Amino acid sequence: MSATNHAAELAVAAPRAPGRARRALGRTLETLLSFTLLVGVLEAIVRYFDIAPYVFPAPSAVARALAAGLGSGAYLGGLQVTLSEILAGFLIGSGIGVALGIAMTQIHILERLVYPYVVAIQTVPKVAIAPLMIVWFGFGIESKIVMVALTCAFPALVNTIAGMRAVDADRLALVRALCGSRWQVLRFVQLPSAMPYILAGLNTAMVLAIIGAIVAEFVGAKSGIGVLILQANFALDIAAVFALLVLLALTGILLNLALRQIEARLCFWNRRGV
Amino acid sequence: MILAAESLGLTYQTATGRLEALRGVSFAVSEGEFVAIVGPSGCGKSSLLKLIIGLEKVSAGRLKLEGAEITGPSRHVGAVYQAPVLLPWRTIAQNVMLPADVLKLPRGSSAERARALLEMAGLSEFADRYPHELSGGMQQRAGIVRALVHDPALLMMDEPFAALDAITREQMSVELQRIILASRKTVIFITHSITEATFLADRILVMSPRPGRIVAQFHNPAPRPRTLADLASPELAALAQEIRAALDLGAAPRAAA
Repeated sequence: MSATNHAAELAVAAPRAPGRARRALGRTLETLLSFTLLVGVLEAIVRYFDIAPYVFPAPSAVARALAAGLGSGAYLGGLQVTLSEILAGFLIGSGIGVALGIAMTQIHILERLVYPYVVAIQTVPKVAIAPLMIVWFGFGIESKIVMVALTCAFPALVNTIAGMRAVDADRLALVRALCGSRWQVLRFVQLPSAMPYILAGLNTAMVLAIIGAIVAEFVGAKSGIGVLILQANFALDIAAVFALLVLLALTGILLNLALRQIEARLCFWNRRGV
Repeated sequence: MILAAESLGLTYQTATGRLEALRGVSFAVSEGEFVAIVGPSGCGKSSLLKLIIGLEKVSAGRLKLEGAEITGPSRHVGAVYQAPVLLPWRTIAQNVMLPADVLKLPRGSSAERARALLEMAGLSEFADRYPHELSGGMQQRAGIVRALVHDPALLMMDEPFAALDAITREQMSVELQRIILASRKTVIFITHSITEATFLADRILVMSPRPGRIVAQFHNPAPRPRTLADLASPELAALAQEIRAALDLGAAPRAAA
């Protein structure tokens, strides 16, 4: 077959999406515009109806509170604590979840023995065991990390199991027919095939990690964003509460973006879905 | 003798009862031979493939590869399936190297061999592309290269062109003949296309519907290399006619029952 023929085949097989960068820019502008509009409308409503700042603060007041909090260093200190809890808990929890998920699909007796306990732990509301965690692990960062890890483990585990089970039988046969060991089947086929599922699980886990950290801080903590929110709430400084929520939302978005970057790297071949 | 099957039988135990896929299948394949196995759908062709690859165990009879009973997968068999089954996260070159990775063959010489095979299959310039960037025919050629990279004694092909369109199928038959003549491999080619069998094979075995048995055997008189035009020659046309008649005959008892 000639080279021109190959080129023609390739052109048919892989059409390039035109103007992808331009569409991305358009979408960014859309987002910015709608955000500005939303903030503007809120500001107008608060000013026009003269809504009390302890009921609903104007966006400008929230911005001022955010600037003040960041300027004094109080917010950054809290953010550092909460972010540490989120990241450490996420890494430990999802690490255990993924590892347990892989182990369960390899050793079936493990699944029968362990899975009921996993479901039992999952069905208990995490808020209910938060006080217990504080008794066991103290008021410091450790009890929060345990709470976050507990919330993260389940979605990571469930998605890993689903991903490992969804592997195409032909791909498994491919490695088995080459005298491949179980470890090789896992390494060459199962794990890479399951990667999109695992990362979807990690995405869910990350969202839950943020919730878990704040809930744990609400129940009892010395520092962190959750503590700052409670303090501002008691002081009826609602603008500061909103400022902290904005900070938390931004943190969540950034963590999500980071995870998506990892996903794009690991699952570059899966742009069109599983 | 590379492969020898003696009164081979395969019975599956299913939820609804026993299913006899193969009964009394006997044949032998010598080195360098290209044997096509032709049969209707559900005649146990793919079961036979699984037995030879070692992913299924025989229920009766014997199956020997290079004199040794087949008890499980062997590095001496290479397989090409209906779908190319390329791993989407590996480039074509990496996909082709999969057998070398799994069998832990020396990297240098395997990579050299992979390069040469890709060259022979006309895929050199696509070595660093990912599977989805290639057409179906090119993907299947990559699958054939992968099956050859560990230099197996026997190449098993299970309806490798079934998923391709008619025009690509014909091109692929010509390509395959070229690749096989160049690499001098022993091939068992499972198909339900009489045209493919007469074009490619030295010997054609015809199977009956379930339970699969071998009901006829034909030697292909046409010299190599063959062209698609040769298919219209009197001798190949007559051969195709005989295969068709044998297939009908094989199906007859079932139709009567």
